[in-house]
Amino acid sequence: MNEILLRHREIQNLDQFPIYRQNKGFETFKHAVTAMNPAEVIDVVKASGLRGRGGAGFSTGMKWSFIDNKNWPHYVVVNADESEPGTFKDREIMESNPFQFLEGVMLCAYAVGANSAYIYLRGEFWQLAAELDKHIEYLEREGFLGDKLFGGEYGLRLYTHLGAGAYICGEETAMLESLEGKLGQPRLRPPFPPTFGLYSKPTIVNNVETLANVPLILERGADWFRSFGTEKSPGNKVFSLCGNVEKPGNYELSLGTTFRELIFTHGGGIPRRRKIKAIMPAGASSSLIVADDKALDTPMDYENVPSVGAQLGSASIIVIDDSVSMDWLINKTVHFFKHESCGKCTPCREGTYWMQHLTERIHHGQAKWDDVILLQDVATGIKGKCLCALGDFSTEAVVSSIQRFRSDFEAVAAGAPTPVAVRAEQVSPK
Amino acid sequence: MNPLQERYGQEIEAVLAKYPSDQKRSAVMPLLYIAQREHGHITREQLGQVGDILGISSTDVASIVGFYTLYHDAPGGKYRLQVCNDLPCALRGADKFFDDLCSRLDVQPGGTTADGLVTVEGVMCLAACHRAPMFQVQSHTEITYYEDQTVDKAVQLVDSWRQVNGK
Repeated sequence: MNEILLRHREIQNLDQFPIYRQNKGFETFKHAVTAMNPAEVIDVVKASGLRGRGGAGFSTGMKWSFIDNKNWPHYVVVNADESEPGTFKDREIMESNPFQFLEGVMLCAYAVGANSAYIYLRGEFWQLAAELDKHIEYLEREGFLGDKLFGGEYGLRLYTHLGAGAYICGEETAMLESLEGKLGQPRLRPPFPPTFGLYSKPTIVNNVETLANVPLILERGADWFRSFGTEKSPGNKVFSLCGNVEKPGNYELSLGTTFRELIFTHGGGIPRRRKIKAIMPAGASSSLIVADDKALDTPMDYENVPSVGAQLGSASIIVIDDSVSMDWLINKTVHFFKHESCGKCTPCREGTYWMQHLTERIHHGQAKWDDVILLQDVATGIKGKCLCALGDFSTEAVVSSIQRFRSDFEAVAAGAPTPVAVRAEQVSPK
Repeated sequence: MNPLQERYGQEIEAVLAKYPSDQKRSAVMPLLYIAQREHGHITREQLGQVGDILGISSTDVASIVGFYTLYHDAPGGKYRLQVCNDLPCALRGADKFFDDLCSRLDVQPGGTTADGLVTVEGVMCLAACHRAPMFQVQSHTEITYYEDQTVDKAVQLVDSWRQVNGK
């Protein structure tokens, strides 16, 4: 535990520049800039198998190699907008291990030939941005940021940029729009940011946790990194554990650790002698997994979580106990997405509005079974029909809970089918 | 030079320097934070002032104020106490916390206390799910997190503001 990302829990005062330096900090960056060419840096990251930690799990080295070298200048934009309900890992990394994070940003910028990198933080991280600004100033004074670094030609500046309360800005193209001073609304893709990004220039957008991995990958090598995690999901992951669990918090564990180990060994199990009912492994955007033995013994990595009908996403594990009824839960998640829909695509803007009406009615016992069917129908009408994933995300908990926890809805909707009929047609996780 | 530039000239220059000189519009969000320090919300005059600095219309600036939740276009309490009652916090009692806090302060959700000092709002996830119930306080100048809260602690905090502000 804590070998790669949450090293500040092992090394005291790692958020102090001298201590980070004593632990070989910024040596990797200096070595890369003075002794490696950018393509060599990308090759090491590719060989490590590092996958994006923001949710999509795309190969980081591959993404970097897509940067369009015929169009300049290049930019790096760091996604520090951490807003998915259940996710609070990037905040801890930036607060307590800030220099490793910044060094990761700097290595990425060097690898893709960017002379400017913007760190886009959610507006609520106001104090954190002020701290990062101080660190950046310090690095400029110490000669790790600025023009003509280490006597060579390469120069780099880092800037923080605060959002102002909009979940959608965590979507990479909405983030770029927001950084350009516009409404945070997603763009049509392709073209993707590595060819058409910030100010229409080639841009790499990476999540905080992804970049925090990079300094140690470069320092210790791709094979070392691959000694953690699984073949297809190498490395460790910071799992944000919350909800109905004794010890919520961040846990750095190998990818491939089971839900059971996280929730019961590290997280201390379920409080008040309740039983675990469901798991949302990717925050509010997640499908609900039935927390049976099969699910609990499933490894948490990009390739295995889909086998129990969900995605790993940003690995924000929300634990739900048996006191929770799903009509209440989806009313919460739908409220969130309705509030955060940016309004650009009609299926999401209107669909979340109508889903909210229906979930309110169902939760308050004012619905008929037909309304549950209608809710499923509206969700189907949103899925796959929007520019970004927010629309899809708003439907995941809705559709999966009606399929997998049907009796919760039967209990609150009038005219529901009888329990016997339900058992016969019960749908297994897709 | 407009009043905003007169008052915060140096700071505004530093903000503009972060972005390419032909991409001034990028500074709209940081400039709105500066403007909001004055009254705790953005006035009509300020929309024009921010627009002037960046070479965009006040309508464009107003669209940004309307889109992002941390900017306000109407006055509220000096302190905006924003309770997260999203799913993860609600699983740890945030709904009850929010309701109880509203009753103790005698306000409706979204409303402002009778002395005009505190606006109490329910907000979306603040990335502090493991330390719920929690809230953030947005004042004219800053945002501060208060985590692992109880209603008593929150009421004490409000009382301390009342003392400081002579209410």
